[in-house]
Amino acid sequence: MMWVLLTIVFFLLRVAPGDPVSAAVGGKLNEQALDARRAALGLDRPMIVQYLEYLGNVVHLDFGKTISDNRPVLDIIKDQGGATLTLTLGAFVFALVIGLPLGRLAGRYRDTPLDAGIRIFGVVSYAAPIFWVGIMLVLLVVKVFPGWPTNDIGSVVTKFTVQPKTHVLLLDAMLSGNQDAVLDILKHHVLPCLTLGLLLSGVIIRLVRVNVIQAMKGDYVEAARARGIPEGRVIRKHAFRNALVPVITVIGLQIALTLSGAVLTERTFNWPGLGTELVQYVTARDYIAVQGLVTFFAIIVVIVSVLVDILNALVDPRVRY
Amino acid sequence: MTPIDLQEEQPTDVDRGPVLEARDLRVWYGTDRGPVRAVDGVSFALRRGEILGLVGESGCGKSTLGRGLLGLLPDGAARDGELRFDGRDMLALKPREQHAMRGRDLGMIFQEPLTRLNPLMRISEHFSETLKTHDKTISRAEIERRSLEALRTMGIPPTRFRAYPHEFSGGMRQRLMIALTLVLRPAFVVADEPTTALDVLVEAQIIRILHDLRRDYDTSLLLITHNLGIIAEACDRVAVMYAGEIVEIGEAREVFTRPRHPYTRELLRSTISLRTTGLNYIDGAPPDLVEPPAGCRFHPRCPDAMNICASRHPVDRDHGAGTRAACWATDLVQGLVTLDDHEAAPLPREEISVADEA
Repeated sequence: MMWVLLTIVFFLLRVAPGDPVSAAVGGKLNEQALDARRAALGLDRPMIVQYLEYLGNVVHLDFGKTISDNRPVLDIIKDQGGATLTLTLGAFVFALVIGLPLGRLAGRYRDTPLDAGIRIFGVVSYAAPIFWVGIMLVLLVVKVFPGWPTNDIGSVVTKFTVQPKTHVLLLDAMLSGNQDAVLDILKHHVLPCLTLGLLLSGVIIRLVRVNVIQAMKGDYVEAARARGIPEGRVIRKHAFRNALVPVITVIGLQIALTLSGAVLTERTFNWPGLGTELVQYVTARDYIAVQGLVTFFAIIVVIVSVLVDILNALVDPRVRY
Repeated sequence: MTPIDLQEEQPTDVDRGPVLEARDLRVWYGTDRGPVRAVDGVSFALRRGEILGLVGESGCGKSTLGRGLLGLLPDGAARDGELRFDGRDMLALKPREQHAMRGRDLGMIFQEPLTRLNPLMRISEHFSETLKTHDKTISRAEIERRSLEALRTMGIPPTRFRAYPHEFSGGMRQRLMIALTLVLRPAFVVADEPTTALDVLVEAQIIRILHDLRRDYDTSLLLITHNLGIIAEACDRVAVMYAGEIVEIGEAREVFTRPRHPYTRELLRSTISLRTTGLNYIDGAPPDLVEPPAGCRFHPRCPDAMNICASRHPVDRDHGAGTRAACWATDLVQGLVTLDDHEAAPLPREEISVADEA
């Protein structure tokens, strides 16, 4: 899995027109000077040699240093990863808070106007471009709460006062006991997390709805009704809980969607995270940086998949055997 | 299977009146083509501790009747007529009151035990949920005591109380379902083909358990099945259902030895046993319940059909020995009706095929 992805990323970057040297200094130096720079970076060697060297380094968790500004890729991940982490976690919270109850309502009141409304909401929030949703939310919020922060992860004051310790700004603020800073950072999180969360909630709504409908037809649901269990409890404990089992799996797989959505969200809200960095490095044709960041994303997806399997086993006793 | 002696105990307290009484009960489903008359004017009474068998072909309305008695019907289904439990008019109750009666007064055992338990809940959780629903103040110790007692009656060791459903075999799960139904001690239980999904040895075991219910729990049982052997083994009385109607009802022995209705007779002839030398079946298919045939619903397939059968619905009559049946031909043989020559003439073949097509 990982290897396939690494290979695709490696060759895709090299097939794309342009290279790091011409992107950085193209037009300013003559052709010989450019070639000399390429040779210095090892880019003149056969592609297969570069490929094998790259694979070897990744196995040792060595992502190398960026070509354009000579930063270790691991440092980028350390410094900017925290912002992306809190953004995606916050988005998941919003997605679950919006998606689970709405999906359950739509499933329970299937084929009613309520169901239709929720489904339209789900489709729209899934299909609408992130930057559009983001800008619409900004316009709306600015109108209602004029002082609400609409970009970056914290105000300038917050960023200066909070002592960096964990590379996660929100955590640093909490550790330093600076309540104003925590509040400020949380406020900054609301709009980006909501924007990304809406995208995810569209998937969750549809998924939960279908699974609730499926589970409501379940034999054990009818049996529970036959024992006189109140309808609300039948839905909650029998239909909904069973509907969640497949939902957990699919939500876990949505981590990939979330990360790609995070890249766009970060651009929209000028968020100092990995997505913003990634876009910059792609523009600079910085092979090493892009390879490193994409590999990191892939590792995250794999880790989350494993966590989802563990979570599934916790929820469903049948998986434990 | 050890033969179960039907004479060993007879229901005694007739004076308390029937536990369940249906009079002209109808259950119709709404469809695009019009209402499906799945149960159409059914009347019977069930005494305390009595086991009534309900037989008939697939699609004749057996399961709908069973579910209709509990009010466990899908959206778009309606009940009409009269249904009394312990003298109370069930159809006049509010949905909430009906819901509260399910489990506590009216129980149900289903056909496929494998999928009837919530896979995410322990057996103990099923029991405590069920008991708590009907008694909010019940203590944890009481829940455990009553659950374990119900499990013991079904031969399930108390060590399995906290296990999950998937850790049990099919037969054990059906016994769990029965225990879960009986822990509330309902006065009336519908068992909808409880052994169809199980192998024969387990089947005998389950039938024995159901047969013993009245001794342990004083429960009346409506046993739905298409296995006539089960009826003969376990039931006091039997009702034969065809196309949404009960065509014959009476003491099981009486009905099996002297069937009054041609459909019952043909059904018995179709039973396969070691003595069977050829296979018998009833020509044709069960009728469409949206537009059932006029007159007697069985007339297009009936070997004894007369002209009157195609035009006038037979009357439900007492045929002696506690048996009631609705059939013109039997009425005529028994001298209960007098018909003119045209009415009593055999129904011409052509008409059979025409009616069959309809």
